[in-house]
Amino acid sequence: MTAVAPAFRIPPATTPATPSRTVLETERLTAMYGKVTALANVSLRFDANRVHALIGPSGCGKSTFLRTLNRMHELAEGGWITGRVLLDGEDVYAPRVNPMQLRKRVGMVFQKPTPFPTMSIYDNVAAGLRVDRGRAARVGLDETVERALRSAALWDEVKDRLRTSALGLSGGQQQRLCIARTIAPRPEVILLDEPTASLDPLGTQRIEELLFRLKEAFTIVIVTHNLQQAARVSDTTTFFYLGQMVETGPTRQIYTAPTEARTEAYITGRFG
Amino acid sequence: MATSTLPERAPAPAPALPLQQRHVGDRVFRLLLTLAAVAVPVLLAFLVLELWLGSRAAIERFGFDFVTSSTWDPVAERFGALPLVVGTLVSSFLALLIAVPLSLGVAIFLTEFAPGWLRQPVAFLIELLAAIPSVVYGLWGIFVLVPFLLRWVFPVLQDWLGFLPFFQGTIYGPSMFSASVILAIMVMPYVMSVSREVLLAVPPSQREAALALGATRWEAVMTAVVPYARSGIVGAVILGLGRALGETMAVTMLIGNRHDISASLFAPGYTMAAAIANEFAEAVADIHLAALSYVALLLFLVTVVVNALARLLIWRVARGVEGGRGA
Repeated sequence: MTAVAPAFRIPPATTPATPSRTVLETERLTAMYGKVTALANVSLRFDANRVHALIGPSGCGKSTFLRTLNRMHELAEGGWITGRVLLDGEDVYAPRVNPMQLRKRVGMVFQKPTPFPTMSIYDNVAAGLRVDRGRAARVGLDETVERALRSAALWDEVKDRLRTSALGLSGGQQQRLCIARTIAPRPEVILLDEPTASLDPLGTQRIEELLFRLKEAFTIVIVTHNLQQAARVSDTTTFFYLGQMVETGPTRQIYTAPTEARTEAYITGRFG
Repeated sequence: MATSTLPERAPAPAPALPLQQRHVGDRVFRLLLTLAAVAVPVLLAFLVLELWLGSRAAIERFGFDFVTSSTWDPVAERFGALPLVVGTLVSSFLALLIAVPLSLGVAIFLTEFAPGWLRQPVAFLIELLAAIPSVVYGLWGIFVLVPFLLRWVFPVLQDWLGFLPFFQGTIYGPSMFSASVILAIMVMPYVMSVSREVLLAVPPSQREAALALGATRWEAVMTAVVPYARSGIVGAVILGLGRALGETMAVTMLIGNRHDISASLFAPGYTMAAAIANEFAEAVADIHLAALSYVALLLFLVTVVVNALARLLIWRVARGVEGGRGA
């Protein structure tokens, strides 16, 4: 395999040398829509406090993979899986697992910002906590909301208008609001499904900067169409193609010395 | 592009299009549509004018007392429409009280919870209810609904809620309550199908956003879906209200047609529409006819006012996003 010359900056070796605990793991995971296989036989490990990027052309199954991790996949028409998904070693598809509880530990941010339009900024951030009715989550709600907004780098922009509609925010701010909403209940893992696809360059940059800070507290899995973005923000990169997991490894290695010809072809822009 | 498909010679240039051409068809079409659009408000204006002319004698004689007085005595030529106004408002309000929760429940069930194969058939059947003529509802009410209510519902309500004035006194079959129940059944398909459309229009991403936060299906519906659709749902309720206010035949057959205001919902009542339908054919005295026209004018006004209030409500709800709740 010859060295690849990508058309953009090669990421620095951001991965700390210290080994990390595996938070999320899939074993021979296959995701189906009815009889159609969207994704076959994927075994992956996601270490704590890292940003893991999933890349690949449209329809390669990377989004489906993401949605199996918090059991959103099964909400789609005909969605089912075989194989296992382990969160801290526990099978999340075990019969007695409550998907609602799982989703409180594995949060998700979507492609388009999805603030609740009838709620204020404050209520949007508190929505996930209010769902958890009757728990200690409602004690100190103000502090939790402020902490989440600070973590999402939005506090300074909205602190004077917490009671106004979330629709008054720009697209990028709305997406950071959705991130704040996702992290407010303190999940362990955050899944992001092309979170910057609908944002302008500035909004995209702010989200990317945010990911660097968020990984100190969370484990992040991000699906992206944007190869440069994956290179910039991630510690590990996994390449999906036609429903197969082709290659996974430290981002620097995937971008500079991929072992698979298809990975190299995709990274250098020959298809996709 | 493959060059082999090109013609060997360039085609001869087409003659230049004349720049001046009149499109008569377009103008005629535009004129017809304008006429059609103007015709509706003009008709409305004529309707109001006609009602006003027809009721002028009664307006001059009774003035505003017509609305506050309860006497309705064609022989003595004394007319007061208060029981009719009250009857219309009470029966419509009660009908909505019954129909709205039911319709919303069905709409939410059909859009969020029902298995796929069940959704279309049930929605279709409920919409079919709207196609039944109201006189058929009236007959069904007389022969089925009223006996059922008399046997199973009214006594139970009186036992449980008898301490309220609404459920005291003699129980009649044809009554305000019976009419409201039939109205509720008639209004339901409208409220249900409009709410269903509105709920279907809520983007799936809203549901997913709530579910991804760990919400149950129910919590997702209540935190994301219904709030998103609320102005449309209010619109659906208003549509139902409009139906309930003006519904005539079935109500006439079930309300008992007694010109009286009673606190008890088990007592007969009367509505404006029912009074007009019942008495217009038999009214001989000019003042009686004028009084009925006056009632029609009132009904028109009540409908307009209620609809205007409802629109105001939609408008408030739609822009009421600002300053949402919060702790």
